Amino acid sequence: MRLLVCVKRVPAPGARINITDDEQDVDAAHLGFTTSPHEECALEEAVQIVEEHGGEVTVLTLGPAEAEEQLRYAASVGAHHFVLLPVTEVDWDPQRTANALVKAIENLEENAEPFDLVLFGNESADSGGFQVGVRVAHALDRPMVNGIKGIEIAENKVTARREIDGGFEVYAIPTPAVLGVKEGINLPRYPTMKGRLASKKAEIEINEPTAEEGGQTRIRLHRPEEKVSETVILGNGPEAAPAVVDLLQELGVL
Amino acid sequence: MSVLVLCDHDRGTLAEASLEALTFGRQLASDLGVVCHSVLIGQGADNASETLPTYGAETIHLVEHESLSDYGPAAWGESLNQLVNATNPAAVLASGTDRGNEVLAHLAATLDLPFVANCVTTNTNNSSSWIMTRVQWGGSLLEDSELNTDKVKLFTVAHHGIEAEESSSPASGQKEIFTPELEESITHTMVADRVVLTQGITLSTSPVVVGGGRGVGSAEAFAPLEELAAELNGVVGCSRAVTNNGWRPHSDQVGQTGTRIAPQIYIANGISGAIQHWVGAMAAKNILAINTDPEANMVAKAGYAVIGDLHQVIPAVLEEVRRRKS
Repeated sequence: MRLLVCVKRVPAPGARINITDDEQDVDAAHLGFTTSPHEECALEEAVQIVEEHGGEVTVLTLGPAEAEEQLRYAASVGAHHFVLLPVTEVDWDPQRTANALVKAIENLEENAEPFDLVLFGNESADSGGFQVGVRVAHALDRPMVNGIKGIEIAENKVTARREIDGGFEVYAIPTPAVLGVKEGINLPRYPTMKGRLASKKAEIEINEPTAEEGGQTRIRLHRPEEKVSETVILGNGPEAAPAVVDLLQELGVL
Repeated sequence: MSVLVLCDHDRGTLAEASLEALTFGRQLASDLGVVCHSVLIGQGADNASETLPTYGAETIHLVEHESLSDYGPAAWGESLNQLVNATNPAAVLASGTDRGNEVLAHLAATLDLPFVANCVTTNTNNSSSWIMTRVQWGGSLLEDSELNTDKVKLFTVAHHGIEAEESSSPASGQKEIFTPELEESITHTMVADRVVLTQGITLSTSPVVVGGGRGVGSAEAFAPLEELAAELNGVVGCSRAVTNNGWRPHSDQVGQTGTRIAPQIYIANGISGAIQHWVGAMAAKNILAINTDPEANMVAKAGYAVIGDLHQVIPAVLEEVRRRKS
């Protein structure tokens, strides 16, 4: 099988996020970077699929030159081919990103079979536009479902599960297809020492992307007003139990 | 002209989040001096339409087609596309839920127009360029962005970003049937089957969530939290550290990449309160943090706190709950 995973380099989740003085970007000075969590799971899923069914995984990213790190990480956990579309501006808008990815995918599929599956993350952890994968699927004229937390491969189709309140929806989708994957579909592996060493030698194809700007333009980033709440301390240790239960009764949940 | 609000339903049951979008759409329509329309797609649509006039839907488009037996992102997007072509609205919006964002993305891809996800405010500026304030990082940052098109504006409204409010004067809610032309291939992405895992209350709907973080320490140590949740008819949630350690399934995870909760009370045990967890919990009406560290983020942000070891506090609370119940 041929699988493609599209990933995005984002500041590591968990850290407090500060904004640059010009309000155009997240201040990266004290942040680590990582692959956006849903996409890290998409990558793991792709590697597991080719481990079981054979084939190769290609990883594609559009981002700063440093996004090479995320491609090397993908190499260290078992992906095979790597393409970087380097950009210097802050975060391309979703339409522009999708158009650049479509061109890159068409290049990768030239003189080859289409990818059986193209995997995206459900949404990027930072800008969260919820649309690049869908736009790419439309341009490639392939079926697309987002929010996927389970994939089973069959001949010329995939069965995909999507979590809803209290259960799953099941989709039966003919391939080639595009899926948006959600964290929780698997627990991504850590790279082995051997994988890390091999990833240093991985060949990364670099192609300057071209695509016109879309109709959404960033003006500035800012921080939401933080609700200042005085915390009522109900007590210390187990002695606080009666006060806790008073509160539960007051709120009508007991 | 109109503002068209996509209302989501699951086989005839309206998604509550749709009423937030409808509230937003009604106010936007009023700003623009146009009418507010809503649309429900597929089987069961009519059953879900009852409350929509109360929230300001002058016209309710019911999209009917034999292929629309259940939810399907492409089919819903294409139905909406044809309704947009037929009615020419100034804007189309939906709630920023999984489905709302997904269907609007399909519509935007078909129309090749910009789509701004998870907005909290919009300034129409009396021009073709609207200023949208939207959430990033699941709600920990805001972005002002320009939505620039002289065609229909497409966006979603961040779920829990505004409160649903009934209209001061109910709208007429005139129903109109719309039948799109759909190709057979569009059914490839329809829901084919469903698996029910739990019935009744779930993490996103539960009035009580008992959450555990790294401080719980192990999978086994969640037992007292389970007991407390059961006594309060609630459910257990957890932080990302917990699922990363394999102590709980990911379906229990509260946060940016997990479930957004909005309970009457969230009892956060041993959770430091990283921003990505907080954005999943911030819609809770009340938060009680139980933590050994009085400086923890979760303690600072919570309305109530107990400073202490959850392994001692929770059993004591359980005992007190049971004593008062008996």
